[in-house]
Amino acid sequence: MARVLVGVKRVIDYAVKIRVKPDKSGVVTDGVKHSMNPFDEIAVEEAVRLKEQKIANEIIAVSCGPQQSQDVLRTALAMGADKAIHVEVAGAEYETLQPIHVSKILAKIAQNEKVDLVIVGKQAIDDDCNQTAQMTAGFLDWPQATYASKIEKKDDHIVVKREIDGGLETIKCKIPAVISADLRLNEPRYATLPNIMKAKKKPLTKITPKDLGVDVSPRIQIVKVEEPPVRQAGSIIPDVDTLVTKLKEKGHA
Amino acid sequence: MLVKTFSVFSKNFIKYVPVRRLSSVPTFAKDYLQVKRGPYKTLDEQDVRFFRTLLEENSLIEDRCDLEKYNVDFLKHLRGCSPLVLRPRTVEQMSKILSYCNNNLLAVCPQGGNTGVCGGATPVFDEIIVSTEWLNSVIHLDETSGVLVCEAGCVLENLHNYLNDYDLMMPIDLGAKGSCQIGGNTSTNAGGIRLYRYGNLHGNILGLEAVKADGEIIDCMNTLKKDNTGFHLKHIFIGSEGCLGIVTKVAIQCHPKPKSIQLAFLGAQNFTKALKAFKTAKQELGEIISAVEVMDHETIKFMWEHTDTTSPIGDYPIYLIIETSGSNEEHDQDKLNKYFQKCMDKHFVLNGVVTSSPSKSEQIWGLRERVAENFYKDGYVFAYDISLPLENYYDIVTEMKEYLGEKSHRVFGFGHLGDGNLHIQISVQKFSTDIMNYIEQHLYKRVNELNGSISAEHGIGFLKKQYLPLVKSEANMNLMRSLKRVMDPNGILNPYKVV
Repeated sequence: MARVLVGVKRVIDYAVKIRVKPDKSGVVTDGVKHSMNPFDEIAVEEAVRLKEQKIANEIIAVSCGPQQSQDVLRTALAMGADKAIHVEVAGAEYETLQPIHVSKILAKIAQNEKVDLVIVGKQAIDDDCNQTAQMTAGFLDWPQATYASKIEKKDDHIVVKREIDGGLETIKCKIPAVISADLRLNEPRYATLPNIMKAKKKPLTKITPKDLGVDVSPRIQIVKVEEPPVRQAGSIIPDVDTLVTKLKEKGHA
Repeated sequence: MLVKTFSVFSKNFIKYVPVRRLSSVPTFAKDYLQVKRGPYKTLDEQDVRFFRTLLEENSLIEDRCDLEKYNVDFLKHLRGCSPLVLRPRTVEQMSKILSYCNNNLLAVCPQGGNTGVCGGATPVFDEIIVSTEWLNSVIHLDETSGVLVCEAGCVLENLHNYLNDYDLMMPIDLGAKGSCQIGGNTSTNAGGIRLYRYGNLHGNILGLEAVKADGEIIDCMNTLKKDNTGFHLKHIFIGSEGCLGIVTKVAIQCHPKPKSIQLAFLGAQNFTKALKAFKTAKQELGEIISAVEVMDHETIKFMWEHTDTTSPIGDYPIYLIIETSGSNEEHDQDKLNKYFQKCMDKHFVLNGVVTSSPSKSEQIWGLRERVAENFYKDGYVFAYDISLPLENYYDIVTEMKEYLGEKSHRVFGFGHLGDGNLHIQISVQKFSTDIMNYIEQHLYKRVNELNGSISAEHGIGFLKKQYLPLVKSEANMNLMRSLKRVMDPNGILNPYKVV
């Protein structure tokens, strides 16, 4: 029976229209609806399924971020995680928090909690970094199975189907290991009301990176954040001849 | 998982249903109810020449392929044979078009987003289609009062998005929001999921501008909340389905966008329990309820078979969707939790999910809102839109199921429980007048006996015209006909519809 750690990040909900701050220092987050990173939801779901198959016996959800990160931890608990750890990083520190910091934090907690599997989403939809799983594996010196679309436990190892360019790759790796969840791994369940109620009684502990001995001082400086260029309006032309002329003018024909 | 077990079962064992793809050609409207063409002039080259000089290029559509989109209703139930679509860009052009048509006895079919479900916007014979799609600018927004003034062809969803930047929202929301236009919504007095909270368009439209059949522009524009002067003419154009005039501009009271929106999807053992949960919601959630919808399991099954989306909580006979809109998330969540606890304790509901996440809410609303656009995949679907007293609300679905037996492969119901409005759908393999009469005579008789309405929000249009005298007295019918004669003496506006 394995102990599983899942990383969950609080991000702006994907159905919300993103607005850039007027001073170009970042995007507007105040009063904007946040949710769990969709790939992390898949990671939580997979952990819960492992528990349902009696492969896992305990699921620990971890989130690094401000106080509100506890919301996504509660969701993870309602989905089926057993306990949650909130690593509080707030304010300016959070704005420059990068996968390298998070990986160090996750690796440290993985060691402290003696987990056998770390499952995280393949990337967060806000910064699109796609680095946390790989670096966590690096810090722990564990094997990594990234972009998983199927996970099976066989004896003392796991068999993971990975989504790669042009097909699927099946790999076998030893446990302990780090897995990153791809889109087709599963369809996450909704947190039902009875489970949301139960989740309120599950333990949630708050720590700081300092407690873990992880330095989260910034390694980057955000120069500017800009919106993508606005698409130019099209025009309707009367016939094919005009189209050909226009294309020639623009050097396309 | 529970959901998957049932789903696999239903997919393997589903009866063969002829799927009507987008390429299927529906019946001509004229053959559908055997109507006779009125004494109108047939469009000729000279008329087209007039319209060409009046409107700019591209405003006319004569190509047969391009016309198809306007000649066929979105459910693919009906097809007209209009040879021409006109798309005016200004109210003056609209006025000149109508005045010409009136003088020359050319019949006109006004059309907005073409999302009506009673054939009100589909030509029956060769009526000229006058589309409002190019009358589509926002004219003014008063951020303080929340009054939006815009042209009739603005697509509802575009208005939602526009208002979003000002933290406001439209008082109306429909499944068809991506295509339907505010002018069409006004002309049909469209309902939708926000009606429970914000009331219908008679209340939310503060003013409008419309063009009469003879081309005269009637200016009832007003952006005041209160204006009690003279006869309230705007109401004559709201819900008259383009038979008395074409709406070209509206002023709408918009509402502040709620800071906290919670959506609950609940499963109940039967309709009686769901009704108790609804009653409890009114007591416990009070002022924050913004929508109350109901769906039966057959509807979820329908969605799973045709779209692969399904209930987020597994299988239950009846589902309730309750949306709350408020200004304080903590307060709303707290209320919802207490409400839910109470419902669970009393077994009014057996399970449920609640979410404040916009993406999750979109998925859940999708289950409800996207039902209609999948009708065409289920054979021929007779879709009815009735109002019933709540105690009889769902019985009619069971009753119709029994009444039809083998004649139908699916009878399903969903609707706006909060407004007593039920959408009941009956799927058959193939359309026939016999089956239609068999269904409608019984259904409408029962609705009448139960003191319901045969059209809660969809209107009368073409498809329900013959049933209007069943539910409106002779005196009412006569007054409606006189009004029509006064406003449109030649009967050129949307003929063969409503009265």
